[in-house]
Amino acid sequence: MGRITLDKVTKRFGDVEVIPPLDLTIDDGEFTVFVGPSGCGKSTLLRLIAGLEDVSSGQIRIDREDATNVPPAKRGLAMVFQSYALYPHMSVRKNIAFPLRMAKMDQAEINKRVEGAAAVLNLTDYLDRRPGQLSGGQRQRVAIGRAIVREPAAFLFDEPLSNLDAALRVGMRLEISELHKRLETTMIYVTHDQVEAMTMADKIVVLRKGNIEQVGSPLELYQTPRNTFVAGFIGSPKMNLIEGPEAAKYDAHTIGIRPEHIKASAEAGAWEGRVGVSEHLGSDTFLHIHDTGLGEAITVRMNGEVDFKYGDRIFLTPRADVIHRFDDQGLRIA
Amino acid sequence: MARSVTNQRKALNTALAWAVGLLIFFPILWTILTSFKTEAQAIASPPIFLNFDWTLENYAVVQERSNYMRFLWNSVIIAGGSTLLGVIIAVPAAWSMAFVPSRRTKDILMWMLSTKMLPAVGVLYPIYLIFIRLGILDTRIGLVVVIMLINLPIIVWMLYTYFKEIPGEILEAARMDGATLKEEIIYVLTPMAVPGIASTILLNIILAWNEAFWTLNLTAAKAAPLTAFIASYSSPEGLFYAKLSAASTMAIAPILILGWFSQKQLVRGLTFGAVK
Amino acid sequence: MATQHSRSAARLMMAPAVILLLGWMLVPLTMTLIFSFKKYLPLRGGDLGWVGFENYARFVSSSAFWPAVSATLIIVGGVLVITLVFGVLLAILLDQPMWGQGIVRILVIAPFFVMPTVSALVWKNIFMDPVNGLFAHLWKFFGAEPLEWLSQASLQSIILIVSWQWLPFATLILLTAIQSLDSEQLEAAEMDGAPVLKRFWFIVLPHLSRAMTVVLLIQTIFLLGIFAEIFVTTQGAFGTRTLTYLIYQRVLESQNVGLGSAGGVYAIILANIVAIFLMRIVGKNLDA
Repeated sequence: MGRITLDKVTKRFGDVEVIPPLDLTIDDGEFTVFVGPSGCGKSTLLRLIAGLEDVSSGQIRIDREDATNVPPAKRGLAMVFQSYALYPHMSVRKNIAFPLRMAKMDQAEINKRVEGAAAVLNLTDYLDRRPGQLSGGQRQRVAIGRAIVREPAAFLFDEPLSNLDAALRVGMRLEISELHKRLETTMIYVTHDQVEAMTMADKIVVLRKGNIEQVGSPLELYQTPRNTFVAGFIGSPKMNLIEGPEAAKYDAHTIGIRPEHIKASAEAGAWEGRVGVSEHLGSDTFLHIHDTGLGEAITVRMNGEVDFKYGDRIFLTPRADVIHRFDDQGLRIA
Repeated sequence: MARSVTNQRKALNTALAWAVGLLIFFPILWTILTSFKTEAQAIASPPIFLNFDWTLENYAVVQERSNYMRFLWNSVIIAGGSTLLGVIIAVPAAWSMAFVPSRRTKDILMWMLSTKMLPAVGVLYPIYLIFIRLGILDTRIGLVVVIMLINLPIIVWMLYTYFKEIPGEILEAARMDGATLKEEIIYVLTPMAVPGIASTILLNIILAWNEAFWTLNLTAAKAAPLTAFIASYSSPEGLFYAKLSAASTMAIAPILILGWFSQKQLVRGLTFGAVK
Repeated sequence: MATQHSRSAARLMMAPAVILLLGWMLVPLTMTLIFSFKKYLPLRGGDLGWVGFENYARFVSSSAFWPAVSATLIIVGGVLVITLVFGVLLAILLDQPMWGQGIVRILVIAPFFVMPTVSALVWKNIFMDPVNGLFAHLWKFFGAEPLEWLSQASLQSIILIVSWQWLPFATLILLTAIQSLDSEQLEAAEMDGAPVLKRFWFIVLPHLSRAMTVVLLIQTIFLLGIFAEIFVTTQGAFGTRTLTYLIYQRVLESQNVGLGSAGGVYAIILANIVAIFLMRIVGKNLDA
């Protein structure tokens, strides 16, 4: 069981308030991702849940029990750190067994669990190596192994993939998702990468300056961002945000239109512009259109190959039914 | 980037550096050589460099006459004991400073280092008096405590700098894994810091071994270590160069060997990090 | 970056070291301060009551005071000049490419590990003895009259012995500093047309200046307290009685504790002045 509730939690470092009063509930078995730009307080929030930092006020409940003043070891949570934080002087086996040893579990049970975890994570052949002799991906798996043997109420991941190269990152992303499906344990995952958030999460929590900007499923966030910050942060390439007279036509301060919701044509359309750089990804092509008179360059996503060249004249038409409208506070207009 | 130089230039450097090195090392070399001479050869005029009759007699005589082993043993206990005690007290303190720094940490560290700069002679009589009151004048335990105290700031400082190099996340991982503070220090921090702790111990054994203010002033016959034993040779009786050299060689040999291992730590430990 | 729990644990674990050092500092310091205001002669009546600043005045006005100050200054100053000048030269030499660099470095550093009583004794007898010492042989070889080193040139002799002990320390630290000099800087200066001496003056020396300051301050603190070297060689005779040795004699030899303590307070103040400068540099580095 792992339902985690944060009730008016705040955190101050000296005079600096990094987390203003914050409420959040994470349901049992949910894969929740905290996402936001660096310095948004997402790691601090995770460390508060872990018990590695004290809350300045408010309450943290784990399974309805007040855990606010419970030391990290007693909260029944396991954490995977950004640097993996493996014990360099211990073998893989001893690393994975460490939490069990601390729990004074008997040796036979420890062996069983360590070998079970190693089998799941493809680490069986490496059990007697030191972390220093492993690759980045293997170290990552040892860190996960150390977390799962405890059968914790919830897993906490602090940017676990940021030290891996791009190819491995995709593989580990799948492995962690797979693990979640199999264990059905609550997971809280911190990242600054919105792609990780979108692909893994059941629920995304977007944070900015310690404030929760929006909570919801990946699709909710994508389809109905609550404000311009979420609109710009979620989705790649970014949503086009347009202000000024063009937005006024829609009775809004700002309008947002995703790159895939714009139709391009060589003959006619609502907006006229000039083609800048085009990024060819094979399946998609992203065009960057300049001189539309709409402010910044407009990004358009097109299927497959297109025959617009640098400098060509181009006409764009947004799909009216998927235009996002925001007021002068940046909030969504329903 | 080391630049390539001509062999000629390199040979010149080598010759010059070796000449200077040997000149600086010469007093030690000469002492070692003299310790193997007879007393007559030791003062022969002109001096004999290598072609003398090598003998171990001096070493035997030094041990026999002055019970060298007892002084050696005192030195070992005082240097080893004070260092060990210091490390036991300093490890928790250095842990606190390195991993739970507060606004005052830096001030406390600086204050600790500044106690190291207190001139010993300024507190000689009070310490002497306290030692008499406690009945620990001329005891090994008394010296262990005093030498531990004068080196404690350096031990704390060195351990602190080594601990700082250990990523805090690993200790946090141990905490998440259910380790208590004691288990965290014993099973995770200490094994990881072994090289740093070893260097600290090494340098402080050297400093304690060579300490020659308190060992001279707070000991007499019973607890005197090698520093005091050697000082007792300063009032000569007849021909004694070879024996003096033998005693000196025995007193410095163990530390010379340890010292060669600790060159790097010397800079870290004695400059308080002011030179990197 | 920690919890209340770990902060209180930290305070607890720091306590033994802090309390011990606090006691080690405060208790004797307070006693010295109290004694310094008393007429206190342990062998001749013991505690004879308060005398105000009389000990301070007497310590300074005694005929031994100014000679001790000058002996201290000459020894400390002489050793500092020798170790810094030769330390820089030696560090530069050792930084050059050569064969057997490791061994040479060991040879140069070795004297630092020799215990002070041993080096004092070896120099006093085997080198400086006017009859059998190596220097005497050397002088005779050149037809000169051997010197009675420790009486005729006592201060110079002490400076020589102490410099030999401390030169390795200065060299090692300056060498560490030189090795941290970015060689591209020197190459850039070379490209800019600066000759060797100018490169030394405008790049190497300024780079070394902080290390030199540190050597200067640390050595000053240790040199102000040198004891064993004088204790073994001259026992303070022939003008080698430094402040430290004078205080030692007042306290333990003539058992005038009040007077010695007043001297001790002077020594503490003097050391603190040097220490303040050193701690400033250390403090700056702690921030970095």
